[in-house]
Amino acid sequence: MNVVVCVKQIPDPAAPQALEPTHNLNRSGKLILDEADTYGVEMALQLVDKAGAGEVTVVSMGSAADVAGLRNALAMGAARAIIVSDDSLRGTDSLGTAKVLAAVIRRVNPDLVLAATESSDGYTGTTPVQLAELLGLPSITFAKSVSVEGTTLKVNRQTEAGYDEVSSPLPALVTVTAGVVEPRYASFKGIMAAKSKPIEVLSVDDLGLAGEVGPAGARQEITSVVAAESRQSGEKHVDEGDGADKIIAFLESIKVL
Amino acid sequence: MALSSIWVVAEPSNGTLTSTSLELLTHARTFGATVSAVTWDGNAPALAALAGEYGATTLYDVGDLNGALPGAPVASAIAALVASGAPDVILIPTSYDGRDIAGRLSARLDRPVLTNVTGLIDEGGVVTEHPVFGGTLLVRARFTAEGPGIVVARAKSFAAESAGGPSATVVSAPAGDTGARGGATIVVSHVEERTGPKLEEAAVVVSGGRGLGEADKYALIEETAKLLHGAAGASRAIVDAGWVPYSHQVGQTGKTVKPTVYIACGISGATQHMVGMKGSKNIVAINKDADAPIFQIADLGIVGDVHKVLPALIAALKSRG
Repeated sequence: MNVVVCVKQIPDPAAPQALEPTHNLNRSGKLILDEADTYGVEMALQLVDKAGAGEVTVVSMGSAADVAGLRNALAMGAARAIIVSDDSLRGTDSLGTAKVLAAVIRRVNPDLVLAATESSDGYTGTTPVQLAELLGLPSITFAKSVSVEGTTLKVNRQTEAGYDEVSSPLPALVTVTAGVVEPRYASFKGIMAAKSKPIEVLSVDDLGLAGEVGPAGARQEITSVVAAESRQSGEKHVDEGDGADKIIAFLESIKVL
Repeated sequence: MALSSIWVVAEPSNGTLTSTSLELLTHARTFGATVSAVTWDGNAPALAALAGEYGATTLYDVGDLNGALPGAPVASAIAALVASGAPDVILIPTSYDGRDIAGRLSARLDRPVLTNVTGLIDEGGVVTEHPVFGGTLLVRARFTAEGPGIVVARAKSFAAESAGGPSATVVSAPAGDTGARGGATIVVSHVEERTGPKLEEAAVVVSGGRGLGEADKYALIEETAKLLHGAAGASRAIVDAGWVPYSHQVGQTGKTVKPTVYIACGISGATQHMVGMKGSKNIVAINKDADAPIFQIADLGIVGDVHKVLPALIAALKSRG
């Protein structure tokens, strides 16, 4: 069983975030593997392990100047990485990203494509399903658990009320929620092995997508960025055994009590 | 150029339409365009009155999906409708199925999609508003090419108000053959029971985060919520850690809540979380880290240990009877 995991290298969410004058997210700092993607990588490794054959390929789009995040996925156990890196991709929207990823994944022709439900920086949350549509695959989003029985995929999918047991033939695309599995930490052996695993870097021209993706292909523009109506912080009180009383008094003042 | 036609994906749920669907129908009316709705699940005739009441003149009925996940068939049906007359914009609720429909439709029509929208303004075309960086900045955006633009809007971005309109005319809009794309089917649905008011509707929400230290301590959150006749929520961190079910999650990927008061306990205030609760009328935060971002938006901040403050609060609430 061959599995592709779509991953993204993002600026550290714990670091201050800023927009550039072009309104693109400033990505000049260190990039890390989006934590949301580690669940998909782990899930893929477990499924391949259970199937007893096959490999995990991680596929990404973004700057290849820093591939520490991809190495992280390789150190966890993925066999290889493919990243589409091209200056012309700056400002590509979710559909353009899906087109790029689809072109790469067609080359790999996997049994299963995994992705996070959304990235932790852009959190558009539509790229995986756009990708499924472009690849002609069924998709099951918001998976809480994933298993494969023969050529049938079984997924417990999060719903508003609880969860649905969903079944689908393979090949298919699944987005996994955080917590679907516990991602492993890369072992020292894994980290050493990752250094010699292949990372293939492709350009837009390599994929024959010139002119279709990038900011022009996004067909949307940011017209302004303004400070949101800010909430004023109120009283801040250090608890000295009277914190609960302060809360009670506050709840009374707003007539909740 | 004024808008002439808006379609709203009206998501069926338990024999009615979801509240976000009604919010979008309500807001769509303000553009002065013809509003149509799209629904599915074989219950459309019974929903025509409701869709009409909230402003839709036509209700497109995709029909019974026979257990298929809605994304592929509903997008397919909408794409077929677009081929015989496109609206200016298609509004879709942010929900599990809504996002699937939006993604499928975008790729199918080769049209861009704007997500996480919390505001829609008419400036001769639709201008969308998106909160970023935990809601500290508001980004405004618009489509620059031929429509229909696809907009996915978050819950509670608009108020739902009846227009008292007549029942919508039901028009059949079958999905057609979705082939492999439509291959995912629901075998059985499970409902996770919860007691007390629904998280999205409760006047008081008490939420817990990583600061609780361990899963067992979530009982403090549940007890406080119960004493205040409210609902118990959670940060993504403790949902990911498996302490509480996903249905409790407040934030970007979870629920959006706007209660009278939101009490954040041991939650630092990651941007992810703030987006889901920033609209609360009042915010109380308890956190031992005086520099936690949550304090920047709290009306009352208690710098202290949740393991001391919450038991004291529970005792005080109990003593009031």
